Amino acid sequence: MMEYIPLNFPFLAAALLVGISFYILIFKRNLIKLIMGIGMLASGVNLFLVALGYRAGGNAPIYTDVPEGPMVLPVPQALTLTSIVINVAVLALMLTMVILIYRHTGSLDSEKSRKMKG
Amino acid sequence: MIESPSGFWGPVVWIIAASVALLIAYFIQRRGEKAYKKGVQSETFLMGNPKLSEGETHIRAHNIYWGFFEGLKKYYVPTITAHTGIINDHLIWLIASVAIVIIILFVAGGI
Amino acid sequence: MTSKKARNSLVIVSLVFVAFLVFALARDIHLNGIHIYTLGAIAPDLALPGGAMVPIRIILEVDGMSIFMGIIWATVSLAAAIFSLSHMARETGQTRFYTLLLLMVAGCFGMILTGDLFNLFVFLEIASISGAALIAFRTRFADAVEGGFKYIVISAVAGLMFLFAVGLLYGQYNSLNIGYLANVMQYGTLDMIALTLFLISLTIKTGMVPLHMWYPDSYTVAPANITAMLVITSHACMYAVFRICFTLYGITLDATTVGWIIIIIGLLTMFVGVTMAVFQTDVMRFMSYHAISQMGYMWMGVGVGLAVLGNPEALATYGRDAISGGIFHILNHAMYKPLLFMTAGALFHRTGTRDLNKMGGLGHNMKFTLILYIIGTLSIAGIPPLNGFASKFLIYESVYQFNPVLAVVAMLVSIITLASFTKAFQSAFTGPQLPEYKDVKEVPKPMLIGMGILAAGIIFTSIFPGLIVERIVKPATDALINQAAYVNGIMGGMP
Repeated sequence: MMEYIPLNFPFLAAALLVGISFYILIFKRNLIKLIMGIGMLASGVNLFLVALGYRAGGNAPIYTDVPEGPMVLPVPQALTLTSIVINVAVLALMLTMVILIYRHTGSLDSEKSRKMKG
Repeated sequence: MIESPSGFWGPVVWIIAASVALLIAYFIQRRGEKAYKKGVQSETFLMGNPKLSEGETHIRAHNIYWGFFEGLKKYYVPTITAHTGIINDHLIWLIASVAIVIIILFVAGGI
Repeated sequence: MTSKKARNSLVIVSLVFVAFLVFALARDIHLNGIHIYTLGAIAPDLALPGGAMVPIRIILEVDGMSIFMGIIWATVSLAAAIFSLSHMARETGQTRFYTLLLLMVAGCFGMILTGDLFNLFVFLEIASISGAALIAFRTRFADAVEGGFKYIVISAVAGLMFLFAVGLLYGQYNSLNIGYLANVMQYGTLDMIALTLFLISLTIKTGMVPLHMWYPDSYTVAPANITAMLVITSHACMYAVFRICFTLYGITLDATTVGWIIIIIGLLTMFVGVTMAVFQTDVMRFMSYHAISQMGYMWMGVGVGLAVLGNPEALATYGRDAISGGIFHILNHAMYKPLLFMTAGALFHRTGTRDLNKMGGLGHNMKFTLILYIIGTLSIAGIPPLNGFASKFLIYESVYQFNPVLAVVAMLVSIITLASFTKAFQSAFTGPQLPEYKDVKEVPKPMLIGMGILAAGIIFTSIFPGLIVERIVKPATDALINQAAYVNGIMGGMP
């Protein structure tokens, strides 16, 4: 049982990142910390995707001057690149909106800066 | 016309039937009261009360259905306080739902 | 021609062209069956090149259910774009507004017409990003920016959970194609976790109770025609749930349990949505809660169909009609809900306020808006002869045979819906003409044309429901239940 931990270490790290980000999203009230939590959630999911493609002893999936042996899967790497680009756009949009919320309400607390409820 | 397990619904027949009924009602109304003077008998009867402005006689939205809300106070007060509007509470509901649905699916799949 | 007119006519002409293409594709699919398109291959239907066993490249697959949602989206986005010609006429930065609008149209079409899970994620995020930017477009209102912020946070978290589930399925089966995964799916523990993550992340994007609390905050403050389009984007997320439950998992999943979870969510949504709606005094927030409550009808109808999916005789007796009722209700809702949101936008455009406490007696001046509002109200409350009654009739009759409590709650919710719309009608339109609204005129022509397109659709569907059910709804139901046809579209008839 103990020998599975170094084998599965990337997956444990991804689970840890996702867990910490859930803690941040639930308990932290500052809007900037919320955005950091979403960035950490994105990192956890991206790490999970890249770690899925690893094959033991594999080389990079490039055909030029490749040594003998298996290659790691290239598809999760493409998925991760797409996901990183989408998350950059989302984080930029969220930060812009936090700037405008601060200008309108003067507070960065998620409870004090809300205007709608019920 | 659409069919359902225990009946059917045909709107064309319904429209024809409803227009015949409305036509009959219109002809009954045309034979109406001969001594009706337009304008005199449709004014509000105030019985000596002062005439209020239009803004005061129009009933506003938060006063309508007051009795309904008073009667269902036990349901409404917790529900409205649950809709806080704080983004952290929305995410608590999300993570709690994932946990509950996973537990339900495991228990039902195991049995 | 000035640049403003050139830009406006470019938007309208391109949306009319897209609507024409979608209707042509709908007729083609009705005659010839499922169509696929492989991105980047030599021929469009070469999904398995060179005798490969696994489909390669991103494949767009369109069947009856996808083109049903496509017809709805093409019509509503055209009506909303015509509406925005005069509603947004006084804003600055209109070029960016129309760019974001066309981006959202493209994103939602991608979500509807794709046959690949990661492609669904990418287009879901495109639609969410452009939707959030459009909600917060009028940055001079503080609550608009807050609504946009809540929308993008919820969309980001839901999208990342969806991506996690896609990663789980890829790690097991080494493919992202929905048709191929449906062929090789075995329902293990990881697949159960993936199903939960798919279901909950798309549920919160659709706005079902208890995950609905961001929905009124975001949809109240957007410009009225953007809210109309965002409602259809939530419908597209609901379409993604049905695609995953019926086509991706099919009969391998635990149909009774998942069906009952969907029915319970639908029941809660109907009831909580409408009781919160009676309470509101802000007209757009009131309409948003009604949008939440009507989605409960669709979920309940299709959930009953999912719960009896493994039971062939119950499926033939009432399951098919329950799914047809749910899908027909999607079509009807997509016609009367954007119409109602646009009438609320018309009220805001002329009076400058969304508060029902301040309005009164506007029916004297805005006669066309009054008639369109009455058509929308009779339709949403399920009064004959309008189309709301036709779909609710199908849902009541078939759901009653599954469990009578569901039909009773559905009828109760209908009655409370009518009550709340009467309340808004009395507050805004009837009553004496107030002195502060004496010179309020009717809304400009483009807004009336936009609303008129949807009202014409409602009246057409009311008079000929049989035609709509036979031609559009029944093929969509068959496409959902018949998982084998979807798989054969990709694998080309391989056993």
